Amino acid sequence: MGNTTATLKLYASLSEFLPAGALDNKAQIEVSESDSVARIIEQFNLPERLVHLVLVNGVYIEPEDRPNRILAPGEVLAIWPPVAGG
Amino acid sequence: MAWTRQILRVNLTKGTCTSEPLNMEWAMDYLGSRGLASKYLVEEIDPKVDPLSADNKLIMATGPMTGTIASTGGRYTVVTKGPLTGAIACSNSGGYFGAEMKFAGWDMIIFEGKSSKPVYLMVENDKAELRDASHLWGTSTWHTEEQIKKENQDPQIRISSIGKAGENQVLFSCVVNDLHRAAGRSGVGAVMGSKNLKAVAIRGTKGVGNVENPAEFQKVTAEKKQILAENAVTGEGLPTYGTQVLMNVINEMGALPTRNHKDVAFESANDISAEAMAKPRESDGKAHLVTNQACFGCTIACGRISKIDKDHFSVVQKPQYHGASGGLEYEAAWALGAANGVKDLEALQYANLICNEQGMDPISFGATIGAVMEMYENGTLDEKKIGVKAPFGSAEALCELVDMTANGEGFGVEIGLGSKRLCEKYGQPELSMSVKGQEFPAYDSRGIQGMGLTYATSNRGACHLRSYTVASEVLGIPVKTDPLTTEGKPGLVMAFQDATAAFDASGLCIFTSFAWGLGDIQPQIDAACEGDWSEAKLQEVGERIWNMEKLFNLKAGFTKEDDQLPKRLTTEPAKEGPAKGLVAGVPEMLPEYYEIRGWDKEGVPTAEKLKSLGL
Repeated sequence: MGNTTATLKLYASLSEFLPAGALDNKAQIEVSESDSVARIIEQFNLPERLVHLVLVNGVYIEPEDRPNRILAPGEVLAIWPPVAGG
Repeated sequence: MAWTRQILRVNLTKGTCTSEPLNMEWAMDYLGSRGLASKYLVEEIDPKVDPLSADNKLIMATGPMTGTIASTGGRYTVVTKGPLTGAIACSNSGGYFGAEMKFAGWDMIIFEGKSSKPVYLMVENDKAELRDASHLWGTSTWHTEEQIKKENQDPQIRISSIGKAGENQVLFSCVVNDLHRAAGRSGVGAVMGSKNLKAVAIRGTKGVGNVENPAEFQKVTAEKKQILAENAVTGEGLPTYGTQVLMNVINEMGALPTRNHKDVAFESANDISAEAMAKPRESDGKAHLVTNQACFGCTIACGRISKIDKDHFSVVQKPQYHGASGGLEYEAAWALGAANGVKDLEALQYANLICNEQGMDPISFGATIGAVMEMYENGTLDEKKIGVKAPFGSAEALCELVDMTANGEGFGVEIGLGSKRLCEKYGQPELSMSVKGQEFPAYDSRGIQGMGLTYATSNRGACHLRSYTVASEVLGIPVKTDPLTTEGKPGLVMAFQDATAAFDASGLCIFTSFAWGLGDIQPQIDAACEGDWSEAKLQEVGERIWNMEKLFNLKAGFTKEDDQLPKRLTTEPAKEGPAKGLVAGVPEMLPEYYEIRGWDKEGVPTAEKLKSLGL
């Protein structure tokens, strides 16, 4: 069996939705061939209004692409609510 | 009107304070603050003047919205020729000082000449006088504020001052107001120091009573505040997490400059992030972050107020630093942390406190330490020369060197020159991560291409606050663009530059632009000010300001060669992340940028362009 886990990172007000055992805002999650970014967002009950900046391996995923973007083992999904800085 | 129509002119050589009417013709073309003060500066000084000579001038200016009920109307700017860059400098600050200047009845204060002894300016409404500051010289901004309030028996006086860094003419020293807000960049504090001007203290009780259409102004400012409140970024993200929330975002994108830009990601970014600031510490169980804080009239409240761990090595037996104080903001946390590979949050806060207390720009200071650490690691500098071991990641070195720089001791004097002069002195000019002598802020231009062009063309040297394309390239405001491509970026940068200049000239905070466009500030300005202030006119004002600043720099001796990034960014590809293999594409973007600006191939505005802008 190969690696079946990916990394989920949730930041700011999304931190509270991380699964038990998460450390430093990240957790290892099991992924299957049908686990899209949108499906994982749903699986972890992330409120739609808080899902704003969605990166896979650091690259932004447009909202319309999230249902089709499969998260492969070894990849990193990171999500933020609407934030900004300067 | 919103302008008070009065300028205070202070001749430090003669010791005189005189009032004169504001040039309203210029106000109609440059609006206020950054625009109008820059107009006065370029009309009154020789662009080739030595920034630290008596012939340079320093202007503190408000905008027409400063001091009004408009949200974030608390901004003021310090405009001068910058000693760090030799370019036009305009540093913007919040807090309460700007509004107080307006309440006292002044649109701006122009300082000229040089005092023979330390003085501070005391303004009480119409009355202005220079007072002896011998007893304040050699003390911090914090002590200066406290002492001036105490000796005048008035805790409501607002003060902008320099610390020891400005007195010592550290080239990245700043002007601090309200304890931890600062006109931070380009070394404007050193200009104050060169003039023996320790502080400006103001008490104003007049308010801003000359708004053109009060009923309409009240209505439209309330509507626009509602937009800020309902916007997810300005209503929730910024007040809750502050700018520091970007640390993990930018790191995840592989655009967090690390160890003097050798790397594009910091393995310990989470340790110095907003999330870390909100987490209880292992040592005392308390979170670093205490609360957020707003500047005058602000309904966003992004500021961070924190308490350092009193058992941290940097503050043991230094109880004066144990209370709640300003920081950490994203830029400071990055420059003091990732830029040097330092992951000790408490050490970053200590360095930040010293920067506030003694008046230094933490971006340029931190980035200069990055260059020092690289030269330590490559053997150019050693412990004997620096006074401490200074490898990347050393929190101890960071804390020692911030004290030495602020106090003008030992190697700190050389750090106070900034990275460009320091690296040149030791034969490694390529290690200075700067443009026009000013150090980069916290975005790597290999991973966010628009920021490379922003830095290269910024009129005040490398800076993110002249064209924050991060909003579009990272955050999707107002529209999402691809950070890895150079395509379309010249137009994006120009649009951000001109709009930002208009925001700055108004006296409003640029952070409102996460929710507002020019179309939102236009009706507020139009209701407050005489004249017809359309959105098109504001765009033209922004473009006029940009070209005016550019002309000053050209006359000061800058050329196309100064619109470049350090070779590291254009020849050494990013090692990891989405930008892996990419370099900054400034050379390919610059010609298109010049063209759409209406400038020639050398980056000089054409006669036609200048004529169209009335320049």
